[in-house]
Amino acid sequence: MRVSRLKPLRVLQGVLVPFAILAVWQWVSASGLVNPQILPSPAAVLTRWLAYLAPLEPYDPAKSGYFTWLLSGELFHDASASLSRVILGFLAGAALALPLGLLMGASDAIYKLFNPLIQVLRPIPPIAFIPLAILWFGLGNPPAIFLITLGAFFPVLMNTIAGVRHVDAIYIRAAQSLGAGRTTLFLRVMLPAAAPYILTGARIGMGTAFIVVIVAEMIAVNNGLGYRILEAREFFWSDKIIAGMITIGLLGLAIDSGMSRLNSFLLKWHRGMEQR
Amino acid sequence: MNATSVPRGNAGRPYIDIRNLSQVFGDRSRGAVTALRDINLGIRQGEFVCLLGPSGCGKSTLLNAIAGFTSPTAGSISVDGRPVSAPGPDRGMVFQEYALFPWMTVEKNITFGLQIQKMPREKIRATVDGLLDKLQLTDFRDRYPKDLSGGMRQRVAIARVLALDSPILLMDEPFGALDALTRRTLQDELLRIWEELRKTIVFVTHSIEESVYLADRVVAMTYRPGTIKREVQVTLARERDPSSTEFNRYTRELAQLVMEEQYRHNQDEIRVLAAE
Repeated sequence: MRVSRLKPLRVLQGVLVPFAILAVWQWVSASGLVNPQILPSPAAVLTRWLAYLAPLEPYDPAKSGYFTWLLSGELFHDASASLSRVILGFLAGAALALPLGLLMGASDAIYKLFNPLIQVLRPIPPIAFIPLAILWFGLGNPPAIFLITLGAFFPVLMNTIAGVRHVDAIYIRAAQSLGAGRTTLFLRVMLPAAAPYILTGARIGMGTAFIVVIVAEMIAVNNGLGYRILEAREFFWSDKIIAGMITIGLLGLAIDSGMSRLNSFLLKWHRGMEQR
Repeated sequence: MNATSVPRGNAGRPYIDIRNLSQVFGDRSRGAVTALRDINLGIRQGEFVCLLGPSGCGKSTLLNAIAGFTSPTAGSISVDGRPVSAPGPDRGMVFQEYALFPWMTVEKNITFGLQIQKMPREKIRATVDGLLDKLQLTDFRDRYPKDLSGGMRQRVAIARVLALDSPILLMDEPFGALDALTRRTLQDELLRIWEELRKTIVFVTHSIEESVYLADRVVAMTYRPGTIKREVQVTLARERDPSSTEFNRYTRELAQLVMEEQYRHNQDEIRVLAAE
């Protein structure tokens, strides 16, 4: 794997636009043209973000270890609540979508059986399921996980179907002439051959899951990053809203680059991966 | 070796016995194509046969039928007295596109068929070591196919079918995509393997020179519908010298046969283009 070198020019290119926006933002809020409650200054947001990040109580060795204390801030609680919902919902969605997708991709009969239903359900945004989810599961984690599962389900399903359908027939012929039976063909040929598609689906599904978790938290539960920014609005803490949004952005970025790393690792055999 | 060297059942019946084979693709309403018509061909055990002809002459179709990938419209194929109905490890297939499993290392590709046969691990290890050595692949054991040159990939594909010790090798323009020097090296290696292991080889090519260099018998085929135009026994001793007079007598004879068919192929293409 190539080690990324930090070239000064590249770094400058990368930070130029963000810094320009920050400068304009700072100038606007310092000029007094805008009510700070509508648009707080970058400095205020940073201060708020640090406070959000910091532990709520002073360090007390009797109560907990240093590391536990360090992560006891509100931000870490919210982020880990959101992240665990995303992971749980994603795993549930992928666990349902993967076998169904493999079957639908491999068998025309099963495809015809399920495809019409899926084509109708797929365009419904998971968010449109919120009323029904609350009606069915009440408030709290169950409706949130349900919605996230739904969000992750369709991207994984559609890509798995496409992946299996695009398996080059020559691999199947080669495997058959090497004596492979149905099970071997499925597990050692079709599944790995479809893996690039499936993993792309997983990455998209993870992205959808992350969008849905924020919305679900705004409506159904009382912790997590989505809940926190909605709560901040009720107190007119616009600096905290923005601090929360930045946190959401950072967490989303971390999840996506984690998925991308996982892809590169699992697909190190794949042609397209070498120029990464 | 095993009992396959003695013809069983009806004595005198060829090892690979193709009788009245016809293959029609598509249906009458949308213009059926007769790829093969009334092919009768017997191949002795240990014989090296080349199927030669322009594209569209059905030589690959015939090979695929022997491999069991397609079921013939009429007629029959039997190998060692048993009718061919499906692909199987007794007929090792080598494709022009290599058809290596890109998600497996060189070693895993070679062991794939052996694991299906549930060969004990030490025996697999010994077989693979021997083959890697024979085909000069030892240093590439843990590489993925994407990191290998075309010639290397085809060596792996050959090792993969040799691992199964199939008595028959079916080769579909295996060296067609390689540069001239690599092709000659692999041709020589194939001849060495063939002489050492006494395989029966059916080799599809559109190169006249390659067919005379390799084969005991060259079967020239006609362009659409594919029939056997003429069979030419090549009686030159190996190693053959492509620049010799005798060699050129063969290539001249075959060139005339093949070019007649190539001309029909060209006329057909012109007709199709004119109709558009």
